[in-house]
Amino acid sequence: MAMTEQAPNSAPDLDALRRIAAELRGQVVKMSHQAKAAHLASCLSCCDTLAAAYWHVLNIDPDNPKDPERDRFILSKGHAAAALYATLAKRGYFDEAQLDTFCKDGGILAEHPPANLLAGVEAATGSLGHGLPIGLGMAVAGRINDQNFRVYGLLSDGECNEGSNWEAAMFAAGQKLDNVCVIIDYNKWQATGRSNETLMLAPLRDKWAAAGWDAHEIDGHDMEALVKLMWNVPNGSGKPVAIIANTVKGKGVSFMEDDNNWHYRAPTAEEVEAAHKELGLI
Amino acid sequence: MRNAFADELTKLGDTDPRVVMLSGDIGNRLFDKFKAAHPKRFFNCGVAEQNMTGVAAGMAMSGMRPVTYTITPFVTTRCLEQIRTDACYHEAPVMVVAVGAGLSYAGLGPTHHSCEDIAFLRSIPNMVVVCPGDAWEVRAALRAGLKQDNPMYLRMGKKGEATVHDDVPADFVIGKALVIKPGEKIALLSTGNMLPEVIETGEILNAQGHAPEVVSFHTVKPLDEDYLTAAFEKFDRIITIEEHSLIGGFGSAVAEWAVDRGKDTRKLTRIGTPDKFFKKSGEQEYAREQLGIDARSMAATIAATLA
Repeated sequence: MAMTEQAPNSAPDLDALRRIAAELRGQVVKMSHQAKAAHLASCLSCCDTLAAAYWHVLNIDPDNPKDPERDRFILSKGHAAAALYATLAKRGYFDEAQLDTFCKDGGILAEHPPANLLAGVEAATGSLGHGLPIGLGMAVAGRINDQNFRVYGLLSDGECNEGSNWEAAMFAAGQKLDNVCVIIDYNKWQATGRSNETLMLAPLRDKWAAAGWDAHEIDGHDMEALVKLMWNVPNGSGKPVAIIANTVKGKGVSFMEDDNNWHYRAPTAEEVEAAHKELGLI
Repeated sequence: MRNAFADELTKLGDTDPRVVMLSGDIGNRLFDKFKAAHPKRFFNCGVAEQNMTGVAAGMAMSGMRPVTYTITPFVTTRCLEQIRTDACYHEAPVMVVAVGAGLSYAGLGPTHHSCEDIAFLRSIPNMVVVCPGDAWEVRAALRAGLKQDNPMYLRMGKKGEATVHDDVPADFVIGKALVIKPGEKIALLSTGNMLPEVIETGEILNAQGHAPEVVSFHTVKPLDEDYLTAAFEKFDRIITIEEHSLIGGFGSAVAEWAVDRGKDTRKLTRIGTPDKFFKKSGEQEYAREQLGIDARSMAATIAATLA
């Protein structure tokens, strides 16, 4: 069990990370429009986390995506695949031009991330409640083989309905997998209703803490807080780390924010332009 | 079969550092030797089979060879989506090992029976389905399973069953039927823990002047097409036998194959369990008698097809 905190990385350029998050948002808005694909608002709520992970936290090399020592990042909320594709392309795992094939016949960028087809996709998700157990298996394999990589999982709040996550939460704590970090994208909505009016999640931080995790609650759009907590894994607590990231569904585009119609709606060309203006991209 | 599994896996763990054992909080003392020899590679995953299976998939994606193990319904149907999506879709070589298949644990009631698992698992792409006929075949299947790269389902009976072989069958190959006793006119194709019962069935038929071939058809997927092709040429009657539902199991697999290949399906008779839960108390032997899959009942069923 690691009892020391992680050595500080080079100081993060928070403004650069915020700019990347805005660009990711612009990209997923465009992709949703082109593909008429659902789940745009679910993508927008987690772009800050993706920017923090892929441009500061993760020990990864896009030119060597299968490096056994790499940190693993699993998008367990697979319906935000567009945000992951935009991230991987921008980070250099594949050509950004390939994003134009999102959801197109014959492509490999399906509405949920595919298995064994696309560099950088650690696990095929889309059925909720699968990413964390898979990630824990990777973390255990790392421990068996004396490797030091970390495993990150990005879950949605609606996803926490799935019992398998709570099986996994107890397993991770029981095994003291302190090289694991989950980020819960707590945007307060699931597909057809308010999360806490569907299955009661609150108090969500307390639930993860009660399951034996070192649980924190932050503003999930606060880049500084995200980077600090996500970087510091293991953090010396001897426990896996849970970050309850309070987010806004549709974040960054005023007419999408906290409007759950954008769970399914795709924007028109005019709406794409308006969104890009708001994001400061044009 | 159970004790052979634990013993063989411990030995395989000695030579193959990829082997990891995951138990669903079962097998008290059964894995003591494995734990002692490989403390970093044994995990009691608790009564949480979805997580256990997902964890196994994550391990397999990282180069390990995890084995998940508990009572049949809990390691198969309880976590079927994890088997399908996490293991099979990812082509992750998880070995799902079930104990108590069919009516092995008849006395524990239908919650612990499993007469549907072959149907579920063989329908999943990439999955290999192996149902060993005795403890020696369990050892052989484990060895062979670690030498191939697909997810695999190993369907075992319980402990203390009669053995058929005297040692690990040297000619055991996944996907190749094992002829236990050559014969003519009738072929008894047994899968899984029915093998000793099927051998007894053959003996009853012998006494009646027949000379059936007895086969351990241990691999349900992929089917041994070479054997089946020859069998539909050579035999007048082909009988599939399994402790599993007639819906979707081994007999179904053979029937599908025979229809698709244009074989004379009038030769085929399928013996298995009926489409209902067996709710009475009683042990495996009693349940088999009640369901007509004990040796005497099966011999009568087969004799009737010869008339």
